[in-house]
Amino acid sequence: MQQALNLATLTPLYPEIVIALGAMALLMAGAFRPAGAVSLKARDGEIIGWAAILVLAVALYFVAAGPSWKVSLFEGAFINDGFARFMKVLILTGAAASLMLSFDYLKEHVPELFEYPVLLLLAVVGMMMMVSAGDLIALYLAIELQSLALYVMAAIRRDDVKSSEAGLKYFVLGALSSGMLLYGASLIYGFTGSTSLAVIAQVAQSSGAATNIGLIVGLVFLMVGIAFKISAVPFHMWTPDVYEGAPTPVTAFFAAVPKLAAMALLVRVLATGFPGAAGGIKWQQIVVFLSLASMFLGAFAAIGQTNIKRLMAYSSIANIGFALVGLASQNEQGVQGVLIYLAIYMAMTLGTFAAILAMRRGGAPVEDINELAGLSQTNPSMAFILLLLFFSLAGIPPLAGFFAKYYVFLAAVKAGLWPLAVLGVIASVVGAFYYLNIVKIIYFDEAKPAFAHVDRNVFLVMAACGLFVILFIAAPSPLVDAALAAAKSLKP
Amino acid sequence: MIYTAIVFLPLLGALIAGLFGPWIGARASEIITTGVLLICAALSWVVFSDVGFSHHTAKVTVLRWISSGELDVAWALRIDTLTAVMLVVVTTVSSLVHLYSIGYMHEDDGRPRFFAYLSLFTFAMLMLVTADNLLQMLFGWEGVGLASYLLIGFWYKKPSANAAAIKAFVVNRVGDFGFALGIFGLFAALGSIGLDKIFADAPTLIGHKISIFGVNADMLTVLCLLLFMGAMGKSAQLGLHTWLPDAMEGPTPVSALIHAATMVTAGVFMVARLSPLFELSPDASRVVMYVGTATAFFAATVGLVQNDIKRVIAYSTCSQLGYMFAALGAGAYGAGIFHLFTHAFFKALLFLGAGSVIHAMHHEQDMRNMGGLAKKIPITFAMMTIGTLALTGLGIPHYFGFAGFHSKDAIIEAAFAAHTPYNIVFWTLVFAAFMTSFYSWRLVFMTFFQAPRWGEGHGHDHGHDGAAAHANDHAHGHGDHHHEPHESPQVMLIPLYVLALGSVAAGFVFAPYFIGHDYKEFWGKSLFEGEHNHVMHAMHELPEWVGFAPFVAMLAGLALAYLFYIKAPGLPAATARAFRPLYLFLLNKWYFDELYDAVFVKPAMWIGRALWKGGDGAIIDGTIDGTGATVLAGSNQAMKLQTGFVYHYAFAMLIGVAAILSYMIVQAGGFK
Repeated sequence: MQQALNLATLTPLYPEIVIALGAMALLMAGAFRPAGAVSLKARDGEIIGWAAILVLAVALYFVAAGPSWKVSLFEGAFINDGFARFMKVLILTGAAASLMLSFDYLKEHVPELFEYPVLLLLAVVGMMMMVSAGDLIALYLAIELQSLALYVMAAIRRDDVKSSEAGLKYFVLGALSSGMLLYGASLIYGFTGSTSLAVIAQVAQSSGAATNIGLIVGLVFLMVGIAFKISAVPFHMWTPDVYEGAPTPVTAFFAAVPKLAAMALLVRVLATGFPGAAGGIKWQQIVVFLSLASMFLGAFAAIGQTNIKRLMAYSSIANIGFALVGLASQNEQGVQGVLIYLAIYMAMTLGTFAAILAMRRGGAPVEDINELAGLSQTNPSMAFILLLLFFSLAGIPPLAGFFAKYYVFLAAVKAGLWPLAVLGVIASVVGAFYYLNIVKIIYFDEAKPAFAHVDRNVFLVMAACGLFVILFIAAPSPLVDAALAAAKSLKP
Repeated sequence: MIYTAIVFLPLLGALIAGLFGPWIGARASEIITTGVLLICAALSWVVFSDVGFSHHTAKVTVLRWISSGELDVAWALRIDTLTAVMLVVVTTVSSLVHLYSIGYMHEDDGRPRFFAYLSLFTFAMLMLVTADNLLQMLFGWEGVGLASYLLIGFWYKKPSANAAAIKAFVVNRVGDFGFALGIFGLFAALGSIGLDKIFADAPTLIGHKISIFGVNADMLTVLCLLLFMGAMGKSAQLGLHTWLPDAMEGPTPVSALIHAATMVTAGVFMVARLSPLFELSPDASRVVMYVGTATAFFAATVGLVQNDIKRVIAYSTCSQLGYMFAALGAGAYGAGIFHLFTHAFFKALLFLGAGSVIHAMHHEQDMRNMGGLAKKIPITFAMMTIGTLALTGLGIPHYFGFAGFHSKDAIIEAAFAAHTPYNIVFWTLVFAAFMTSFYSWRLVFMTFFQAPRWGEGHGHDHGHDGAAAHANDHAHGHGDHHHEPHESPQVMLIPLYVLALGSVAAGFVFAPYFIGHDYKEFWGKSLFEGEHNHVMHAMHELPEWVGFAPFVAMLAGLALAYLFYIKAPGLPAATARAFRPLYLFLLNKWYFDELYDAVFVKPAMWIGRALWKGGDGAIIDGTIDGTGATVLAGSNQAMKLQTGFVYHYAFAMLIGVAAILSYMIVQAGGFK
C-alpha cells in the first residue's frame, strides 16, 4: 500500500525525529559557539546534560501521546506497536538516567562536553529504530547507527589507554559481528525473496522450511550478530574488557540501555519473522544454548572478579541468560517475562552503577570491590540501597529481582522447559554467592575511609532504583500488565 | 463481657509486666499483675455462683480464627459449670500465689519477668479451661506448657533448672503428640473439632473400626486413648510422670500454682470435658481408671522415702492426680473434679507452707536438716497441719471432715462401686491412702517435731530452691552458719490463711453440690453420663464399712508415722537396712529415670552424634564444601578464557558460530 508522506502519517516517528533534531541542535551549538569568546566551564556540563534530558523527555511525551495501536510505516520497515512503545519508554528512561549519572564526568572532562550527549542521543535514535524495525534493512541500519555511536563513546577518553583499547576492541569485534549479521540477512533475503519480516514469516512457516539449509544458515548468522550485541556467551568476550575500560558513566549506559534494545530486536525478529516452532526452524535450541551458557559463565566468572565494573559485566551476561529463558519459552508469557525482566534489570543495573560512580576517594574513582568494606558505617544509606540492589540481583524475595526471574522461569515451566528452569535456578544460586559476598564486605568487613560526598543526581538515581526494587511488590500490576499488552501486540 | 475480662486481663498484666517491666519497675509489676488477678478471682466467684447455682451457661465468641475448607475455628469461651469450677480454682490459687510471691521473691532481680510469666501462665490456663474447641484447648495446653517451661527454668543460671525445664518440655511433647493425633483423628472422623459438634456426632462412631498397624481397633477407643495420652503427659501419670518431681527446681510458688493446683490438673479437666466421648468407650475408661490407680499407688510408695520436702509433696501431687483419674475412669466425673477442686486448696497450701519453711530455713529443702520448727514458725506449722489434715482426709463420716475427706472418700467409694475384679482398684486406693497418711505425717514430724538439726553449722548444699535468690541474700546474714529460722512476712501468710480456710471448708460446703443428690442439676450438661453409668448413685448405697476403710487407713498411717518418727526415731533406719533393696528401689523412684535414660536418651544421643559427625559433618558439609571448591575452580577456568587478546575473542566467536551451525544443519537433516 502506498501512503502519502505527510506530517500526520509520520506521528509515530515523532520521537525519533525529535531526538535526531535535538542531537543536531546540540552538535551545532557545540560547533558554532562563539569561538574563544567564553571557554566552557564545568557548570555548563550540567546545562548541556539537562538539555539532552529535556530532548529525551519530549521524545517520551511523543511516545506516550502517539498512536497506541499498531502502525506500519515505509512498507512495514518501521513498526509502531505496543511492544515498540514499551521498549521505547524503557530506553528513554534509561538514557535519561544514564545522563544524570554522567554530570560529574562531564564536569571533569570539559572538552567532551558536547560530544558525549550528542553521541548518546544518536545511539538512542538507533535503538528506538531497532525496536521498531520490521525489515532487515531497517534493522541493519538501526544497529549500525547505534553501534557507531557506542564505539565512539567507549573510546571517548582519547588520552586514556584503557578507554582507547576498549573502544578499539569493541569496534573490531563489532565489525566482525556486523559482517555476520549482514551475511545472515543476505542469505535470508536470498532464500525468501524478501527483507520484510512479515514475508519472511510466511516462508519460514511453509512446509520445507525446517530443511531449508540456506534459511537456517542465514538465521544462525543473524542471531549470532544480535547475540554479540546482547553479549550472550560465547559472543560475550568483549564485554568485561569494554565495561572495565570505558568511563564508568558510559559503562552504566552500555549495561543498562543498548542491551535492552538488542534483546527486543532479537525477540521481534524471532517472534514475528520466524514464529512458532512446529514445522519451522528450531531456533529455540539455539536460544536455550545461549541462555544456559550465559547464565553459567556469567555466574562462575563473576566470582573471581575484584574489579566491580568487570563483575557487573559478568553479572549483565548472566542476566541476559536469564532473560533468554523467557524467549526460549516461545510463548506470549515468555515474551512478557522477557520484558518484565528487562525493565527490572535496567533499574537494578542503573542503581548499582550509580553506586559505583559514587565510589570516589580523593577526586579519583575506585573500582576494587574491597574498597566497599564497612560502607555500612561510613555511609549507611548508600550501603542499604546497595544491599537492596544486590539482594534483588541475587533474586531474593520480596525484591523486584525475584519477580523478574519468577516470570521467566514460570513461562519456561509452562512451556515444558523445566530442565532449563531448574538449571537457571541453580545458576542463580551460584550467582547469589558474589552478590551476597559484596553485601558481606559492605556490612561486616572492617571499615575503609569514607567515600567523597555523593553527587545529588547520582544519589537520586540510586535511591529511585532502590525504591523501585523494594516497592515493586506493592504495585506490580502496571509493569506486568503493560508487558503483557506489549507481548500480545507482537501477534500478527 | 465479664468472661472475656477474666480470660484476657491476666494477659494484659503479663504484657505490661513483661514488656514494660524494666521501665515501670518491679514493685509496679507486682502490684499490677497481682491486682489484676485479684479482680479476676473476684469475678470468677461471681461467675461460679451465677453458673453453678443459677445455671446461666453461656458461649462468647471472641473472633473467627481459622476458616479453611471444612475446618472452621473460632475463639470462643464456653462457660458452663465445669468451666466455672476451673475458673474459680485457677484464678483463686493464681491470685494467692501472686500475692505470696511478692514476699517469697523479694530478693530476686527478675521479678517483673517472674510475674509476667505467672500471669501469662494464668491466661493460657484460662484459655484452656474456657476452650470451645479442641484447637483452642491445644493452644492453652501448649501455652501452659510454655509458661511451665519458662518458670521451671526461671533461675536459668542453674544448670539443673535448665535440665528440668527441658525435661518437662520434652516429656510433655510425648503426651502432646498423642493429643494432637487425637484431635486430627476426631477431625478426620467427624469433620469438626468444635466440642458441640463432636459431642453430638460422636455416637455415630460407635462400632466403627480403624486399622492401626494391621490391627482392627475400635475407633472411639483409639481416639480416646490418644487424647488420654496427652492428659497423661500434662498430669504426670505413670510413665510420663518423670518430669514433675524435677520440675521442683522452679521457685516454690510456681510449684504451688502450676505443678500442684492448676496445670497438672489440665489432663483431668480434659478427660472430664470430653466425658461424652469417654462414656462411649468403656475400654478407654477402664484404661483411665487403671492408669490412675497405678499412679496413685506408685507415687505414694516413692513419696514414703523422699527427703526433699518439695519432692515429697510433688509425689503426693502425682498420687492425688492418680486418684482423680481413677474417679473419672470409674465414671464418677463429679467426684474427680471435686477432688481436683479441694486438692487445689490443700496442695497449694502445703506447697506454699513448704515455701514458707524453706524461706524460714534460708533455702534449705532437705528435711533431714530441719526438725523442731513448730516453735520457731508456729503459724506456718499450724497451716501445714491443716493442709496435711485435709490431704490425709481427716473427718468423721456423716458429721464433719476436712476437704480431702469428702472428695477422696468419694473417689474410693466410686472405685468400690465400679466393681473391678476382686475390688483391686478399691483396695489399691485404700492402701495408697494409708501411705499418703504416712508420708504426710512423716513430713510434718520430720520438719516440725524431733530435735532441731539446723543449728549445727552443717556444710549442707545451698544449691536447691533459690540459688540465684540466695546470691543477693545479704539481709539474711549469708555466711553465718547458725541461721535462726524466722516466721514469714504477712504477705506470705495471708494466702496461707485463705487456702487453709478452703482446705477446711471446701469439702463440707460444696460436697452436696458436687457429688450430693442434686449433682446433676449442679453440673448441668457440662459432665455427661451414659445410660449405663450409675456409679454416682451406687456410691451412696454402699456397705457401711466401705466408708470407714479410708478413715481407718488414714489413722493407721498416722499411727505408724508417729511410731517411726516420734516414739522410736531409730526405727526408720533399721527398717531401711532390713529391706534395703526395696528401700533403694523406692528411693530411686522405681528406676524410671535410669530406664528412660538407657532406652531413650542414650540411643537418641548416639543417633544424634552419628548424624552430626557422619551425616551433617561428612555428607552435608562435605557436599557443600565440595560444591564451593568446584565453583571456585570453575570460576578460575572461566577467567582464564578471558585473555585480553582480540584474536582470541574473535576465535571464540567463530567457534561458537561453527558449533551452532553444525548442530543446526545436522538437526535439519544435512545438505541434500
